[in-house]
Amino acid sequence: MRRKPLSAALLATALLTVAGCSGGGAPSTETATAPSDADKVSGSIKVLTNRTDLVQDGTMKKYAAAFNKIYPKVKVSFEGITDYEGEVKIRMNTENYGDVLLIPGVIAKGDYPKFFAPLGSTGSMKKKYRFTGKTDVGGKTYGIANFGTANGFVYNKALWKKAGITDWPTTPAQFLDDLKTVKDKTGATPYYTNFKDGWTLAGPWTNSVGSPSCDARAWDALAAADKPWAEGGDLDVVDTLLHDVVRGKLSEKDPTTTNWESSKTQLAKGQIGSMLLGSWAINQMRDAAKKAGEKPDDIGFMPFPVQKNGQFCATMVSDYQLAVNAHSEHKSAARAWLDWFTEKSGFAAKEGGISALKADKLPEVLKPYEDNDVKLVERSEAKTEDVNAIDDAAEIGLSKQDYRQKLIDIARGAQDGDLQGYFDDLNKRWADAAAAAGS
Amino acid sequence: MTHTTSTAPPASHEPPPAAAARRRTKRRTGPARSWRDHPLRRITPWLFLLAPLALLVTFTYVPVANMIYYSFTDWDGVSPDRNFTGVENYTQLFTRPELFRVFFVSFYYLAASAVQIVIALYFATVLSFDLRFRNLFKGILFFPYLINGVAIGFVFLYFFQDGGTLDSILSWFGVGGDHAWLGDPESANTSLAGVSVWRFTGLNFVLFLGAIQSIPGELYEAAQLDGAGRWQQFRHIIAPSIKPVLSLSVILAISGSLAVFEIPYIMTGGATDTSTFVIQTVKLAFQFNKTGLASASAVVLLLIILLVTWIQRRIVPDDKVDLV
Repeated sequence: MRRKPLSAALLATALLTVAGCSGGGAPSTETATAPSDADKVSGSIKVLTNRTDLVQDGTMKKYAAAFNKIYPKVKVSFEGITDYEGEVKIRMNTENYGDVLLIPGVIAKGDYPKFFAPLGSTGSMKKKYRFTGKTDVGGKTYGIANFGTANGFVYNKALWKKAGITDWPTTPAQFLDDLKTVKDKTGATPYYTNFKDGWTLAGPWTNSVGSPSCDARAWDALAAADKPWAEGGDLDVVDTLLHDVVRGKLSEKDPTTTNWESSKTQLAKGQIGSMLLGSWAINQMRDAAKKAGEKPDDIGFMPFPVQKNGQFCATMVSDYQLAVNAHSEHKSAARAWLDWFTEKSGFAAKEGGISALKADKLPEVLKPYEDNDVKLVERSEAKTEDVNAIDDAAEIGLSKQDYRQKLIDIARGAQDGDLQGYFDDLNKRWADAAAAAGS
Repeated sequence: MTHTTSTAPPASHEPPPAAAARRRTKRRTGPARSWRDHPLRRITPWLFLLAPLALLVTFTYVPVANMIYYSFTDWDGVSPDRNFTGVENYTQLFTRPELFRVFFVSFYYLAASAVQIVIALYFATVLSFDLRFRNLFKGILFFPYLINGVAIGFVFLYFFQDGGTLDSILSWFGVGGDHAWLGDPESANTSLAGVSVWRFTGLNFVLFLGAIQSIPGELYEAAQLDGAGRWQQFRHIIAPSIKPVLSLSVILAISGSLAVFEIPYIMTGGATDTSTFVIQTVKLAFQFNKTGLASASAVVLLLIILLVTWIQRRIVPDDKVDLV
């Protein structure tokens, strides 16, 4: 008799576990095609977004209203999610993850067909859109970029001018000299790592892979690389620069308690010299400058300080990609929204991003790049899945902050080790993981 | 009640005729078939238990069973496919000693827990005697425990900032505050453990205070009559009577130190060698998409904590306290 509750509980547990493990039905592989007649398409669709700010201040509603002028029978609702990656990852285990969503970074590329409806063959999509390679699986494209972003240093022009620097540095050594001059002449913090918030160490630095070598396939090459941090490789150039900046005490004094929001104001006010970010950040910095009563035009943008054949290069990578849920019941309405949002909403231009449409001009924020003939390199994503698989297996996290936080700790002497030793260790972990993944 | 009695007929020894008749008929039907034997009656406790059991099973046992199941797969956390890999995750876990190195960080928290218990015990003893503003002090000591851990993380981030609260307070006393508190592993871990002491002292304090206050007052009086001082009262009355609570606190402290998460995760994210076993597990699951390996880590942590608790119970058995 006393045993009963326990065994009953165990039985129930076992049953529920089994039930919980058998997921939903197989998704359909039907292509989400754009409707031919705007008046006929109907249904209500839900759009998941990470931009909670735009949902709250009604900007998204305005987009929906403009959309409804063309597609009057489609009802669009939005769901802003603060912890987008974390929450959507869990929801992807069900069928209920909106009709249109941003593809979370955690989904392996090879799994896209299981979650999203194909949008068309890559061959034809490629002609119209940038960044299709990122979601191309088996010749079909599964997502269209929200917008793209070019990499480079956001810097305070007025501050650099005050230090007597007007030209962009062309080598890492010159960049370090310039930072030192800024520090000596103005007393400002020449570079800000945003160590505590971390993501600033992940995305912007890793996205710069391809800038030094001016090679669109630099990222793909990692899939076959034996030693990604080998001398002269892009990761070596990029990470060595970060190391040297910190080692030369050219970054903030106490990196462990940094604050992203306040760093924007500090940059605008000229207390911080530069930060490596994407072109998307320029508008945010300009807003911060306006709020702080400074001139928005003082915010400048410069490419990574390496020239190839006398020309600067900057990688161009896609932001989140919009996709249609494979389980959606209103695929054509969803596709209509997706197309309208990327082509007609003007969202990319407003955010200072590079439009996904090849026909569109570069945004105004990239004018300094255009004026100075900086070559924009669209990063190829053909091998992204392999690179990510090795990266995960090696537990390095190229697009995570941890390994660069350790790099900074080594550079400022908070942890034992030296740069070369650390690179050797990373190389070894990468090689081991690549060997294991290949077998 | 009063209403019924006032309207009821005057009490009599004889039951009303109808009721008496009923009773008689009942008695006549022979051996009573008690309500106790009614099947519904037997089920009743289970019906009452249904709701809590359903909740317990759904929210405790099913997730744990799922976790154990995941620990035998190579699931990445999202993919609809997962392969059964047997004990591979466990083999990997135990053949990679660097995964266990993070337990060194737990020693900082363990040392901090010892300090915490001593502080809590001291204040609980002092405040169990009749003091002025006793309740105010109790409130002040318990207050930090009521604050959300994430909020504490942010508050202390400003506290330890370069030129932040701690530095300004130190500078009032002329101590040059140029130390990056979260800057190097030793200082960072000590600072974080300090925050944890600040946060959890209140909980230990309340546990101790509750135990101390359940000691009958006569014992103190008797002890005073016998000429016992405060220290002797503590040594011979308070200490033995709170022993079970003390040993509970130690168990909580050890398992807590092994499973620290919130404070370091919010404040440093595990950077600068402040990563704990739980942070490492979370990173395995959510950064490197090794949900299987992370589940195995979680199972191992659970087993370690059970083991430590078991060892401790063997060393310090929970004997009954009998003061009177």
